[in-house]
Amino acid sequence: MAHITVPPGLPGIVGPLTFSPDTAKPLLILAETLLRGPNTLTSAEREMIAAHVSYRNNCDFCQLSHSAAAAAHLDGNYDLVEAVKTNPETAGISEKMKALLVIAGKVQQSGKQVSEDDVARARKHGATDKEIHDTVLIAAAFCMYNRYVDGLATWQPLERDAYHDMGQRMAREGYVRDRFPELGTETEDAA
Amino acid sequence: MPHINLKQGLPGIRGPMVFSPETTKPLCDLAEVLLTGPHTLTTAEREMIATYVSSQNDCYFCQYAHGSIVAQHLGGTPAQYEFVDAMKRDFESTTLSDKMKALLNIAGKVQQDGKQVTTADVDRARSAGATDKEIHDTVLIAAAFCMFNRYVDGLATWQPRDPEIYREIGQQTAKLGYVGRDYTKSFEPANKAV
Repeated sequence: MAHITVPPGLPGIVGPLTFSPDTAKPLLILAETLLRGPNTLTSAEREMIAAHVSYRNNCDFCQLSHSAAAAAHLDGNYDLVEAVKTNPETAGISEKMKALLVIAGKVQQSGKQVSEDDVARARKHGATDKEIHDTVLIAAAFCMYNRYVDGLATWQPLERDAYHDMGQRMAREGYVRDRFPELGTETEDAA
Repeated sequence: MPHINLKQGLPGIRGPMVFSPETTKPLCDLAEVLLTGPHTLTTAEREMIATYVSSQNDCYFCQYAHGSIVAQHLGGTPAQYEFVDAMKRDFESTTLSDKMKALLNIAGKVQQDGKQVTTADVDRARSAGATDKEIHDTVLIAAAFCMFNRYVDGLATWQPRDPEIYREIGQQTAKLGYVGRDYTKSFEPANKAV
């Protein structure tokens, strides 16, 4: 049972977002900007950074929902998403993405863990300042979302199938959707 | 030196904020709604949660900037700055209310991992009078500073050691809050008014 009274039947972060609309708005706009705003990294790549960090933080709701969103951007390629989550170095992704996922993994532990060598590796494979900045902020933001979801002991379904439709909506309609229609940004579909 | 090319002389989070205005907007809006405005927890109490978590994360800029904001809200005397240091070291032995101690205990658990927060931690806060909203906001403030701290440290931002810089930041933010501010002022010694 959740630590506070939230409407029943709402999984993960959806309960606290409904409980507290004033904070939900900036939280969702941040997610929309980081994961779906205009960027040289595809939405699939950014969702994989989110899923990888959430996996490392052992947050079931976040890692399963953002895996489903990444897979939705990748025509349902859950195998690639699983590989990236658990062992990016051997996954079928670019060298740049592998280097960015190392940085994200360091941020998950502590920002101070990110070394000059980590950044040099990303640059060598073509990462820009903005891509490095966004990787650090996506990783940092999921260290927040994960703690928000787990710190309130929210209800989190554990079956991957429970997240399939949610992932489709996250990928196609985004994070602000009907909640703040005046704020809807342009969809970037990376699939 | 920062990991990316940030404008010089901007301390801590201000470098990345100026670098990335589109993410700065929701980040500032989040800080504003969590830390300022009407609430059953005072602004000083909410800033204390931010300061404590930043101290546990060993983020120099965030703990001294928000610690200074706390001290300024309490009056800005040296004794109030010392109180903030005592709170960071061992909040249980300060004169804070039992409710604040219970909320700081929850914040400390969130800093490690959200799953560390137990029913007993929440019961302690409730028996000292904490509401659902206060518990929710404590968890989210603690979680948000696990983000802000990583953002500041993960880009290896400039984090000056001069207490006067943090005094000025504390005075300004205690007065102005977080949104609609100009964060582009350089704090480098060469540019400081004497």
